[in-house]
Amino acid sequence: MSDTIHPIVMPKWGMAMTEGMVIAWHVEPGGTVEAGDEIADIETAKITNVFESPVAGTLRRLVAPTDEMVPVGALLAVVADDAVGDADLDAYVTEFQANFVPEDADDGGPEPEYVEAGGRRLRYLKMGGGGTPVVFIHGFGGDLNSWMFNQPALSEDRATYAIDLPGHGGSTKDVGEADAEEMARAVVDFLDVLNIEKAHLAGHSFGGAASLVLALRHPGRVASVTALCTTGLGDDINMDFINGFIGGKRRKDLKPVLELLVADPSLISRDMINDVLKFKRLDGAEAALTAIRDTVFAGGRQTGSLRSRLGELRMPCQVIWGRDDRIIPAHHAEGLPNGVAVHILEGAGHMAHMEKSNEVNRLLEAMASV
Amino acid sequence: MSRKSIRQAINEALALEMRRDARVVVMGEDISGGMGAPGEQDAWGGPLGVTKGLMPEFGRERVLDTPISESAFIGAAAGAAATGLRPVAELMFVDFMGVCFDQIFNQAAKFRYMFGGKAVTPLVVRTMYGAGLSAASQHSQCLYPIFTHIPGLKVVLPSSAYEAKGLLIQAIRDDDPVIFFEHKAMYDEEEEVPDEAYTIPFGEANLTREGDDVTIVAFGRMVQFANQAADKLEKDGISCTVVDPRTTSPLDEDTIIEMAEETGRVVIVDEASPRCNMATDVSALITQNAFGALKAPIKMVTPPHTPVPFAADLERAYIPSPEKIEAAVREVAAA
Repeated sequence: MSDTIHPIVMPKWGMAMTEGMVIAWHVEPGGTVEAGDEIADIETAKITNVFESPVAGTLRRLVAPTDEMVPVGALLAVVADDAVGDADLDAYVTEFQANFVPEDADDGGPEPEYVEAGGRRLRYLKMGGGGTPVVFIHGFGGDLNSWMFNQPALSEDRATYAIDLPGHGGSTKDVGEADAEEMARAVVDFLDVLNIEKAHLAGHSFGGAASLVLALRHPGRVASVTALCTTGLGDDINMDFINGFIGGKRRKDLKPVLELLVADPSLISRDMINDVLKFKRLDGAEAALTAIRDTVFAGGRQTGSLRSRLGELRMPCQVIWGRDDRIIPAHHAEGLPNGVAVHILEGAGHMAHMEKSNEVNRLLEAMASV
Repeated sequence: MSRKSIRQAINEALALEMRRDARVVVMGEDISGGMGAPGEQDAWGGPLGVTKGLMPEFGRERVLDTPISESAFIGAAAGAAATGLRPVAELMFVDFMGVCFDQIFNQAAKFRYMFGGKAVTPLVVRTMYGAGLSAASQHSQCLYPIFTHIPGLKVVLPSSAYEAKGLLIQAIRDDDPVIFFEHKAMYDEEEEVPDEAYTIPFGEANLTREGDDVTIVAFGRMVQFANQAADKLEKDGISCTVVDPRTTSPLDEDTIIEMAEETGRVVIVDEASPRCNMATDVSALITQNAFGALKAPIKMVTPPHTPVPFAADLERAYIPSPEKIEAAVREVAAA
C-alpha cells in the first residue's frame, strides 16, 4: 500500500490542443484501475480519443464534470490507494486547484522547426531526447500532426521526429519525382542534416511506402520499420478518396471524403476539415498532390509495388492495418514474408494510428524498445 | 506557422505577392513616409504601421507615398491596373471615399463591362473602416454596403488574421477591382497564420460555429462578436451557427439560405448604418428564398441610424456588442 496520491490530468494531444472535454468515464469512483486501462473518452476540437490511465490504484475522485471544456493539465480525477484518507484527498484536490495555472496558449510546448535539406525546406516537430530516435512519416495529404496521439507517447524514452514530407504541411511544395523513392530521399536528406545515423521509422500510407523504400535502400540507417495502412503492397487504392481530397474546395465537399478515412465517421471534426482546407489553400499544395496522384496512383491503381522485395529487409518490420480501411484494403497485409509481423486492428479504418492510438503506440513502443 | 496579428498578416500578404509578381505595387498616403524629404525614411509605414518594411525591401519604385489627393492616386491606381500593373492602393479611411468615388464606381468598376470584356482592372483598394477607436463620425463609418451596391466591384471583409492574409492574396491575384476592408480596431488581434502564401476564394462563406438552434450571419468584426455570443449561449443550451460570408460581393447566397433553412431562426449582425445595409440585404435574401422554413421573424442587430458618436461611452452604446447579439438570439430562439 502506498500513500501516494496520483493526479489524472487533461492530456495534451497535439500542438494545437489547449483544452478538452471528458465525454464519458469508463470507471466509477471507487473502481480499481491498472496503468493502461481505458478510463475515459476525451473530446478535443480535433477528435475524440480514449484516455488510458497512466497509473494504477483506486479511482477515488472524479473531479472534472463530463461535457465541460477544461484546459490541458486540469485535474480530471485522483487515483490513490484505499489507505489514503478522504481528508487527505480533499486537501490534495483543494491544493491542486488553488495552484493550477493553465498553460499559456503561446507557450504550449514544442513548436515545429524548419531545416534546409536536399534543397528543400522541411518542417518537423521534435519531441523527447536521447536513444535511437523514432521518425514519423505521414501519408498523402497529411502532415506531422497526424501523429498527435502517437508522438508524445513514444517520446518519453527517446527523441522523436515527425516530419512534413515535400508537398505537405509546412514543407516546400516541390515534390520532384513525386513518388515514394523521392519521399525516401527527402527523409534521408533530413536524417543527414540532423545527424541522425539510425532511426526507427513509422510511416503511414504513402509515408509507409517511403519508409519501406528507405529501409530497402539504406538498411544501415533503419533500426526498424513500421508501415501502417501502407501503399506499396498491392494494387487497390480508393480513387474516390484521392480525387475527392484533391478536388474538394469546400467543407461540405470534403466532409464525406474525409469520413472515408475512419471507421467511425463521427470522428471527423470541423477542425480536421478546416485544417485540410487550410493546407489545400497553400500555394503549390494542389499541384503537389496532383503530381503524386498522377505518379503513384496512375490509372487508378497503385504503381511501384514493394511486396516482392519485403523479404530482403533484415531489420525488424511490422505492418499494421485497420480492418475497416476504406482507402487501401486490409487484405494487402496478407501473404507477406514470414519475418514481417502483421497486426490487423478491429474497429479501425485508414487512420488506425489515430483511431486505435493506444494499441498502435504499444506496437510502436515494442519496436522501438528492441 | 506562428501567431500573427492582422497587421502582420496583411503586411506578409503584401510582401509575398510583391516578391512573387513584380507588377504588384503599393501606394497611398504615408504608406512608407518621408518620400521627397530628408531625414528618416519609412518612419510611418502607414497610419497604423501595416505597410512598414515594404519600402526598404522593394524600394520607392514600388512603394509610393502619394500626395494627399485621393482622387489623384486612386485614379492613378485604376489607370495603372488597366495598363498592366497590379496596384494595391491604400485609401486611409473609407470615409474619404467621397473625393475619389467616381474613379472607383464609374471608372474601375466599369472598365471590363464597357470595353467588351477586353479590359481587366486588377486593382485592390485597401481601406480602414469601423468604429471603436473614438475616431469620430468622419473616421469610423463602415460604408461597405455602398461598394457592395456597385456591380463590377468585389468587396471583402476579413474577420481574422488567417482570413485577412488569404483573402488579400486572393484580392491581389484577382483581375477585377477589389475593395478590401480592414477594421481599425482589429489590427492587433492574433491567431495562427501559415508563413506561406495561400488564397481563400471569394464568395464562399465560412461557418465559424455550427449549431442547431439559431443562425447568426455576421460581417467583418461582428463575426468575432457573434462567436463570443454563440460560445456564451452554448453554455445555456442555445447552439448557434455563425456564418461569415467573407465577401459581400460576391455573396455566398446558397450557404446563407441553407443555414437559415437549417435552424429557421436568424439573427443578422451588421456594423453598418441600418438602412440599406448588409443586414437588410441578407434579410431580403432569406425571406425570398427560405420564408417557409422560418420559425420566427428575422432579427437585425445594427447600430442606430445616426453618425458614429465621438464620445467613448456613446460610441460603445452605438456599436453592436456581443451582449446585444446574445439578447437578439435569445429573443429569436424563444419566439
